[in-house]
Amino acid sequence: MNINLTLFGQLISFLFFIWFCKKFVWTAIIHSMEERQKKIADGLDAADRAFRDLELAQEKATERLKDAKQEAAAIIEQANKRANQIVDEAKEQAKTEGDRLKVAAQAEIEQEMNRAKEELRESVATLALAGAEKILKANIDESTNRALVDDLAAQL
Amino acid sequence: MAGETQEAGTGYIQHHLTNLTYGQTEHGWGFAHSAQEAAEMGFMSVNVDSLGWSIALAVVFSFLFRLGAKRATSGVPTGMQNFIEMMVEFVDGTVKDSFHGRNPWIAPMALTIFVWVFFMNLMDLVPVDVLPVIAALINGESWEVISSGRSHTYMKVVPSTDPNITLGMALAIFGMIIYYSIKVKGIGGFVGELTLQPFSAKNPIVQAIFIPINLALELVGLLAKPFSLGLRLFGNMYAGEMIFILIAMMYGGGLLLGAFGGVLQLGWAIFHILIITLQAFIFMVLTIVYLSMAHEDH
Repeated sequence: MNINLTLFGQLISFLFFIWFCKKFVWTAIIHSMEERQKKIADGLDAADRAFRDLELAQEKATERLKDAKQEAAAIIEQANKRANQIVDEAKEQAKTEGDRLKVAAQAEIEQEMNRAKEELRESVATLALAGAEKILKANIDESTNRALVDDLAAQL
Repeated sequence: MAGETQEAGTGYIQHHLTNLTYGQTEHGWGFAHSAQEAAEMGFMSVNVDSLGWSIALAVVFSFLFRLGAKRATSGVPTGMQNFIEMMVEFVDGTVKDSFHGRNPWIAPMALTIFVWVFFMNLMDLVPVDVLPVIAALINGESWEVISSGRSHTYMKVVPSTDPNITLGMALAIFGMIIYYSIKVKGIGGFVGELTLQPFSAKNPIVQAIFIPINLALELVGLLAKPFSLGLRLFGNMYAGEMIFILIAMMYGGGLLLGAFGGVLQLGWAIFHILIITLQAFIFMVLTIVYLSMAHEDH
């Protein structure tokens, strides 16, 4: 238990090992630990961000879907309207066409009737003329006249 | 008979408490062959065993942690790196708790102190006779001489039971306290701290009377720091080692006493695990606190 040079030997080696620890041990370990800390913090940040992004994307997707549905509904409605319109138009057209055809047919029928009447009148006139002529020729003979008129009457 | 046993016991203890001292003997430079011879060497001698074991343990510490530092990556730590990072984190946390200045040397110093002192104390758990007997055998002494307790090969394997070791570290810390006090506060500030507290007065004559009183008080406080630091560790480890030696003596007292000694040794060793860790921790924390005080500018 004598105090001797060991004291200074220990003192110097103590200082040396502190220096060694600072230079070759502490700095490297603390550095890697800090780096890891930063890495972990970054990772957590990124995870948070990704989560938020996902949420945002989901929201966007839902909105898009809603929009698309709305648009589809609008298109269908429009198409229905257009179809109805087309049908209505077709009906209208058919009706007018029918009316027109009917009118034309009636006109033709009338025309035909008029012509027939005309023809009949002409025939009657001719027949009357022919009868008158025959009456005039056989005026002398009573019996002949009689026969003529009878004949005419038979011809009518 | 009783006296003889007592003498043998005293010799056994004495043998265990004598350092392997290298210094100037009557026959020139060499190792001391007895405690008395070692004492006669005076200051110009070296306790080769304590200093050797101390440096060897510091090399183990440096090697271990250097290996860890080399392999340190910012990726997932495994095995050895986990342990080393745990130690570093623990020391760093302690330093951050107690040290409020800015000094990049404090934390690595605290780590060195903690692990090194722990390793030195850990040597206490090696059974007291193992390493001395191996040393004596290497030295070429016969088994008969060793077992009869007349061996002259001294080997004290726990460096922290040597006051030279603990006071050497304390002295280094004392130097750091002075250095940082002057560096942070300036010579004027440091001298002022030593002379103007705790008593002060507005009257310059009264103040002049107070100055020597203050200086005496503060110097005692200043010097008590390294001494208490070194002697606390030394005292605790010395006492623990002494008890291990006393228990080891029981092995020579027959089967029953030997068995009882075995139980005692186990119990004391388990308790000692707590003590050695605690002492290493206290040494580290007090060093940090003293240096923190040195950095505080009033």
